[in-house]
Amino acid sequence: MSFLQIKNLWKSYGQTQVLERLNLTVEQGEFVSMVGASGCGKSTLLKMILGSEFATKGEILLEGKPLSTEPDAERGIVFQKYSVFPHMTVLKNVMAADEFTAAKFFGRSFGEQRKKIQKKAESFIEAVGLAPAISKYPHQLSGGMQQRLAIAQALMKAPKILLLDEPFGALDPGIRADMHVLIRDIWQKNKLTIFMVTHDIKEGFELGSRLWVFDKVKHDPQAPSAFGAQVTYDLQLNHGGTQPNAEELAAKFSAN
Amino acid sequence: MRRLIKVGVNMKRLMNITPSRSTSVFLTLLPFIILILVYWTASDARLAENANDKLLPSFSQISAAIERMAFTENKRTGEYLFWQDSSASLYRILLGITISAAVGLIFGLFNGLLPVLRSGLSPLITIISLIPPMAILPILFITFGLDELAKVMLIIIGTAPVIMRDMQAQVQQIPSEQLIKAQTLGASTWLVAIRVVLPQIMPKLLASMRLSLGAAWLFLIAAEAIAAQEGLGYRIFLVRRYMAMDVILPYVAAITFFAFTMDFSLKKISQICFPWYHQQESGK
Repeated sequence: MSFLQIKNLWKSYGQTQVLERLNLTVEQGEFVSMVGASGCGKSTLLKMILGSEFATKGEILLEGKPLSTEPDAERGIVFQKYSVFPHMTVLKNVMAADEFTAAKFFGRSFGEQRKKIQKKAESFIEAVGLAPAISKYPHQLSGGMQQRLAIAQALMKAPKILLLDEPFGALDPGIRADMHVLIRDIWQKNKLTIFMVTHDIKEGFELGSRLWVFDKVKHDPQAPSAFGAQVTYDLQLNHGGTQPNAEELAAKFSAN
Repeated sequence: MRRLIKVGVNMKRLMNITPSRSTSVFLTLLPFIILILVYWTASDARLAENANDKLLPSFSQISAAIERMAFTENKRTGEYLFWQDSSASLYRILLGITISAAVGLIFGLFNGLLPVLRSGLSPLITIISLIPPMAILPILFITFGLDELAKVMLIIIGTAPVIMRDMQAQVQQIPSEQLIKAQTLGASTWLVAIRVVLPQIMPKLLASMRLSLGAAWLFLIAAEAIAAQEGLGYRIFLVRRYMAMDVILPYVAAITFFAFTMDFSLKKISQICFPWYHQQESGK
């Protein structure tokens, strides 16, 4: 049985068809990059996996069971921005992840439990390279550091799936390259299943183990919103070797 | 011509000139000094014409009134009128604004966070906040009697719905990304409310209280003017019958001073308790 199954998934907003006929399966440990033009539904699919949007038709199964219909600790998320808590320091931000489940009423931990959570949080902060900024507030961090923090937070819960919604879209190219190294490292070390939406097709090729290209197959010039997008290319990326389709595809999309 | 251009180059635009620290202090004090001087001259001129004039009492008359109201024991009751009035008024306004803030915070928070509650309560709160509180003052006097409760209720009815609406709006301003993130970290609705939303709207609550203070004083003085046995507003309206400007002016100054102190304290509390918020705001 596959880890994640997307079965005949359709999504529409009113008259606007966003996605149609999606049939995909993903195995544990895959890193799926999703690329495509703006408004092609790649973010919508991510949100459906996250549980903040719902399919109009069809279903998504995680380990054979339908996904919970609200966000939960099985699926971690890193948004492009606003995904850290501005009123907590770096350490508190990461600790909050475990405190939410450890202390149901106050959401704060004390004594031995606190020490344990703090130790775990410190190790993840170390892993994303934020140790020097551990007592800073998010507004004192650069965009890249904020994303590192958001990743550390998500890792605390050891999610089955990590979702990245254009996580590096707002970063400088240099910082972005650092983040790529970090996320690949984290993916391999933690054996995560990752879905990443990106606008940058090069990023998609570089990072993923698999690439989904979203595009509309059918067009009705009279009614542009009548047909939804599908996954038109589903590529296995083997890093190290040459990518026959990749160059061609990258050229095609960067031309758009 | 050459010279003119040179001056033009050296001289900054007015909008770019910032006063030095000492100039800034001087500029702050200047309007106050001018006001006092103007008052002093005008009062002097009127009193020279008619020594019994009551409209603009001299500073010595005012200080005599202060001595009488604040530092002389009342022969009949053994109390000091001004302090009695102040404590009565401060008790009412502090109680009123505190209850308003608490009610506003709780309803605003959960209204903003829970769509179920919001669709039930939000229209009602909007309508209540549009009722002119002064128009229902008679109802309050009838239902709550003429003592403390009615005055405190007027302050609450006047300020709580506004704070409530403001808090609700502030909660809805929190990016949904944060709320979703908290859920993916395993937080329940309750924990999202107290650990994610509450700390972020606390500085906004203090700001909202500061803005509501003006309205709270207005309602307090209005209520005291109509029915009370003591209080700053009561006293002002009482001595108005004798045109006792020498009492009214220091009372107004005292009210202003109390209002300023409350505003300043709320600002300081906010800066001390929520440094992250103020740094973030100043960085924008």
